[in-house]
Amino acid sequence: MTMIKESYPVKADDMTSAGDVSARIKRQMKQLGIPASVVRRVSVGTYEAEINLVIHSDGGRIDFEISPEKITIRVVDQGPGIPDLKKAMTEGWSTASNEVRNMGFGAGMGLPNMKRNADEFDIQSTVGVGTDITMIFNI
Amino acid sequence: MHVSDFVKLSGGKVLTGEYEDREIVCGYTCDLLSHVMGKGQADMAWITVQAHMNVIAVAALLDFACVIIPENLPVDETIIKKAASEDIIIVSCEQTSFELVKLLADAGVPSAKKG
Ligand SMILES: Nc1ncnc2c1ncn2[C@@H]1O[C@H](COP(=O)(O)OP(=O)(O)O)[C@@H](O)[C@H]1O
Ligand SMILES: [Mg+2]
Repeated sequence: MTMIKESYPVKADDMTSAGDVSARIKRQMKQLGIPASVVRRVSVGTYEAEINLVIHSDGGRIDFEISPEKITIRVVDQGPGIPDLKKAMTEGWSTASNEVRNMGFGAGMGLPNMKRNADEFDIQSTVGVGTDITMIFNI
Repeated sequence: MHVSDFVKLSGGKVLTGEYEDREIVCGYTCDLLSHVMGKGQADMAWITVQAHMNVIAVAALLDFACVIIPENLPVDETIIKKAASEDIIIVSCEQTSFELVKLLADAGVPSAKKG
């Protein structure tokens, strides 16, 4: 049984609204009474994914689904794709611009944070096509 | 320790106006947002020189007790408004991050747990 199923677009390069989708998802989880520890893990994973859409991708969307057992976050973008996934998953590895680094992004911890916080984590990426990430959080 | 105790102790200024007092259960200082996402816990006091929208987003998502800005660094009015609307308390202090950590630690506030 699905309780909530929604999809939110995320624009590239829009730093001022970065985090809005994560905030909306958090609000819905709290309204449904999802345990705080789960809300926290989903929030970390969603925020890191949302920031990556803004600073690294050409734009994309975040799909959000809650069932009684689990929360599924799927993050799909329209490119540019990641050439070396192994490198991208390495803590500290980042191609972020100086401009976003000065704001405190680009620590190269986003993908590792997503993997650590999700119960299941899958990433597929094709250069020229895009990146597709699924995170599942057990409730 | 509560946020109000910290404000008294540090002589800092609450930029976000009136607030509902809350307990500070631990502290952390870092300016890299992903490190803060990794370490952050609810009711944490976060000391950072970053003072932009995304700091408020992180503090709201992780339900921090307050954001502490050292060295009287300027904070934009739009950031203060956003923080106030999200019930995030911003305290601006004259001291350096180093001095503020000592203040919190001496008062018995522990570090955020290892991530
Ligand atoms: N959605 C994406 N599209 C293209 N490249 C990405 C995307 N997400 C991550 N990357 C690449 O993987 C690297 C590591 O990502 P991450 O761990 O989030 O660290 P950071 O965002 O701090 O650089 C990025 O620097 C970027 O090169
Ligand atoms: Mg990232």
